[in-house]
Amino acid sequence: MKNQFVNKPVRKKDAMALVTGKPVYTDDIAPKDCLICKVLRSPIAHGIIEEINTAIAEKVPGVECILTYEDNPGGRFTMAGQTYPEPSPYDRLILDKRVRYVGDAVAIVAGDDEKAVDKALKLIKVKYREIPAILDFRTAKDNEILVHPEEDWKSLCPVGADNKRNLCASASDALGNVDEILADCDFVVEGVYHTKANQQAMMETFRTYSYMDTFGRLNVVSSTQVPFHVRRILSNALGIPKSQIRVVKPRIGGGFGAKQTVVTEVYPALVTMKTGKPAKIIYTREESQIASSPRHEMEVTVKVGANKDGKIRAISVYTLSNTGAFGEHGPTTVGLSGHKSIPLYSGLEAYRFSYDVVYSNVCSAGAYRGYGATQGIFAVESAVNELAAKLHMDPVKLREMNMVREGMIMPAYYGETANSCALDRCLSRAKEMIKWDEKYPCKDMGNGKVRSVGVAMAMQGSGISSCDVGSVTLKVNDDGFYSLMVGCTDMGTGCDTILAQMAADCLDCDLDKIVVSGVDTDVSPYDCGSYASSTTYVTGMAVVKTAEKLREKICENGAALLQVEKEEVEFDGNRVFVPGGPEISLKDIANQAMCNNTNALEVTEQHSSPVSPPPFMVGMVEIELDKITGQYEILDYVAVVDCGTVINPNLARVQTEGGLVQGIGMAMYEDVIYNEKGKNYSSSFMQYKIPTRLDMGTLRVEFESSYEPTGPFGAKSIGEIVINTPNPAIAHAVFNATGLWFKELPITPEKVWRGLHGKN
Amino acid sequence: MKIKFRLNGKMVTDEVVADTPLLEYLRSKGCYSVKRGCETSNCGLCTVLMDGKPVLSCTTLAVRADGKEILTLEGLQKEAEEFGGFLADQGADQCGFCNPGFIMNVIAMTKELEDPTEEEIKEYLAGNLCRCTGYQGHLRAIQAYLEAKQGGIL
Amino acid sequence: MFSFQQYVLAESLEQAYELNQKKNNVILGGTGWLKLGKKSYGTAIDLSGLGLDQIIETEEEFSIGCMVTLRQIELHKGLNDTFGNACKEAVRHIVGVQFRNLVTVGGSLFGRFGFSDVLTCFLAMDSYVELVGKGVVSLEEFAKMPYDRDVLVRLIVKKDGRKVSYQSFRNQSTDFPVIAVCAAELQNGKKIASVGARPARAVLCSVENEDWTKELTFGSNMRASAEYREFLAKILLQKAWEELA
Repeated sequence: MKNQFVNKPVRKKDAMALVTGKPVYTDDIAPKDCLICKVLRSPIAHGIIEEINTAIAEKVPGVECILTYEDNPGGRFTMAGQTYPEPSPYDRLILDKRVRYVGDAVAIVAGDDEKAVDKALKLIKVKYREIPAILDFRTAKDNEILVHPEEDWKSLCPVGADNKRNLCASASDALGNVDEILADCDFVVEGVYHTKANQQAMMETFRTYSYMDTFGRLNVVSSTQVPFHVRRILSNALGIPKSQIRVVKPRIGGGFGAKQTVVTEVYPALVTMKTGKPAKIIYTREESQIASSPRHEMEVTVKVGANKDGKIRAISVYTLSNTGAFGEHGPTTVGLSGHKSIPLYSGLEAYRFSYDVVYSNVCSAGAYRGYGATQGIFAVESAVNELAAKLHMDPVKLREMNMVREGMIMPAYYGETANSCALDRCLSRAKEMIKWDEKYPCKDMGNGKVRSVGVAMAMQGSGISSCDVGSVTLKVNDDGFYSLMVGCTDMGTGCDTILAQMAADCLDCDLDKIVVSGVDTDVSPYDCGSYASSTTYVTGMAVVKTAEKLREKICENGAALLQVEKEEVEFDGNRVFVPGGPEISLKDIANQAMCNNTNALEVTEQHSSPVSPPPFMVGMVEIELDKITGQYEILDYVAVVDCGTVINPNLARVQTEGGLVQGIGMAMYEDVIYNEKGKNYSSSFMQYKIPTRLDMGTLRVEFESSYEPTGPFGAKSIGEIVINTPNPAIAHAVFNATGLWFKELPITPEKVWRGLHGKN
Repeated sequence: MKIKFRLNGKMVTDEVVADTPLLEYLRSKGCYSVKRGCETSNCGLCTVLMDGKPVLSCTTLAVRADGKEILTLEGLQKEAEEFGGFLADQGADQCGFCNPGFIMNVIAMTKELEDPTEEEIKEYLAGNLCRCTGYQGHLRAIQAYLEAKQGGIL
Repeated sequence: MFSFQQYVLAESLEQAYELNQKKNNVILGGTGWLKLGKKSYGTAIDLSGLGLDQIIETEEEFSIGCMVTLRQIELHKGLNDTFGNACKEAVRHIVGVQFRNLVTVGGSLFGRFGFSDVLTCFLAMDSYVELVGKGVVSLEEFAKMPYDRDVLVRLIVKKDGRKVSYQSFRNQSTDFPVIAVCAAELQNGKKIASVGARPARAVLCSVENEDWTKELTFGSNMRASAEYREFLAKILLQKAWEELA
């Protein structure tokens, strides 16, 4: 096995199609005669539909059908794209009599064109009985108002859910006696950290089209990260067998977790099922902002205790998470707020992590890059920075003393051992890059301006241990080119290319000899989908296993053709040969496999991992803050990442840079704001500002690689961890400039100004 | 409304419903590179050139194309490949959904600005949002592209 | 997206004015603001064919046609030399080049938007608008007038030797301003400023007095509180004077 492509910055296989604007996305390839579907949305945060009159709307020329809760075909289900049985509760219907947030689906209108559908939407008359809404998630637990009082609500997994208490999940996990150890510590810092809902804001909004095929089966083409889960979820929602559904994923215009929830698929699917006609739905940006799958708002209470020499002895984390109107990803995101923050510190005598996840009457939350780790790491890393300040100790030094290192066991991370960990090297390299010792904590620039630095560490996982499944099929075609069929979903990240790089190295061939195709649930091998930072690590390992098996098969066929024993031959990528003896080219083997052959040159292998090795990273930021106005800007952001072996340095770097800027937006201004009636004010890119290229300063990314023994070529994940450092690092830099800790995101200029001027 | 204009080099005479945005009209004519990312003129994904100037096709009425020359990426394939290669070499094409609008504006920028500084590049392209890359890879690609152009490699 | 039944490319200002008297009709500027609405209009009136997309500079003044885009303002050498780049500074943060290539001075001024950089900028200059019905009106007066069915033809900015500095504060670089201040020092030494994005229509005020912001009303919205805006207005004015010194 030569190493020709792994660790090389090769172009993405789809790059030239993308940069020349080829029609490769859902809406570009949808049939022109699709019915246009739109959703009528609830104007109130909580209520019961008492009457819905569609008679006038149905008369609008061009309107095909209007569907309401009376047309609901299946039982309760979850839209969360997770492995069955889903931890997320089965708490929703496609259309329900009860509406649970402003924007909740009330009716589906399908028609020949947008104008007709828009007109019909305006003509549907709905009478609601309003119910008081829970808009502050701190009041949700055991509130007398129930978001899900229904009897057919169900939770499939033991996650501590109880719909009669507005609880979507609840649990606790501990080692030792935290309270006792904390009481014994010289220093204890305690803080309550509040992170808000955020939008993934991928450039391509949610969208799906559907049609009936030759065999009378429902075909669904969707911009999704989870095609196989979509199949199951549609079966649940529509009440039809899974065998009657096929899901195809074309190119996706970004996901970041948003499309790990089945946000739009049910609507055109139901219309096609009812009418037999092709149908499509293209969410507006407004719908993507108000009726989607944003980050869970969390309030994280942290206590960190240490001795005066800086030894951290105990950490306690309690997280209250807001899942909104439905429970998608509620029980699982919250876990990461503790399990991926506490283990950054080793040798704890005790820890405790407990949580409640509550329902409320705002848009259902979902999966967003970082998946709870982002929220927990903001809290724990901020608390550790505050501890360093209390101890009058350099926060880098405090981390050097306490951080997890290679070979250590991480009790708060399911007892896994850090078999690959270069966190120490990441920290020292980042420190060097930003010139920490010169710049920490700050420098007065005159004119009221201060330059300061901040630091944070982060970890994530690589797939969900003992759960995520990746499979690939590799086959040899005429002349010896390969098909690599995958079920994981490239959403722009480049996994199709990365997996081909691995396959090419495993098969000692050129990258161009590998043709990648995915995803079509009828033909692709099963993969849970691209989420939880799983693809490179889990599906990548499936590539390695499959290629090994395929090599054996190639040798078997080659040996048979050479009329020698299989054990005698070798395969070098081009030919099967007996050293010093006869040989046959792969081309000949491949072509002869198409005539009078019984040993198919095709292999499918599956991989699942009992562990989820964490990637690690360090982020350091330098800001300039105006102490008069409170405004600050990012000057320089340094990130050093240990994702194990870097499979494609360009793609890994861009992943990192993209994650950093999303994190910067979250830290500085991204905020989903609701008014007192539960209406989402952040309903457009005019009101929900994401960073432009003028807002990110300079980003500098480097890699310090460890070697992960359980990963393909030593690789771990990269996709999610990269969003986790900006929040605590920026909060830290703001502290170093102002002496003030900001524990609620985003940290806006006005908040800083209020702090500096002693205003509330 | 009857309009007559030049689309990607070809004269087009067509009947349009007067309140159709240029974006929807262009897509209906097969210019699928033109994308919509928002409804509030903020994302830049729908950028096309109108008489050589970059404009948002979501905000322009199709009737206003009358008498004008419109270029979409479909009509600038050579330029797209040229700069796109630099973008691809950074891995900064990513999901690709913002690429056409972004590349349209890069093409406009290289025509309008001579030897732009980093700040000028960022300001010219500030109306092109991208959620994947964090923009740093865009900048590397642009700088490499401009260098290659100056060095006569392109 | 707004919609309309009919489109008329006006052949004269009189025709445009006439058509615009009907309440359900609308004049098209750059359609950046109109498109945000969902209103359905009768006739959309386009002034594109009237040659009003030029900035004409004479010894005394600039005559800026209503269809001149913000990008033209940004790049106009005469305007920016005369007013120390204030016009460029006022518009360069607005969304992006592609947006500024479309949206017009006429639309920006006629809308008298509470967030308007353009109105704030020109208000601090000796500016007038020419209206088909009412003739020439000072911009200060126009900024206070209620919306009517008149048609804005051009903006006239006098070269009266004043020095101008434009300052704005934004939470994110291409966002609406949290507050905008345009300060001017007249040739006779008198100092004035216009303050926009309070968020309310920009107003011109005297700034001789320390407590000058007290006469203004500031409001709160999701971008900032009234209190913060008032504070920032003072700071931006200081910055403007520093820049002009």
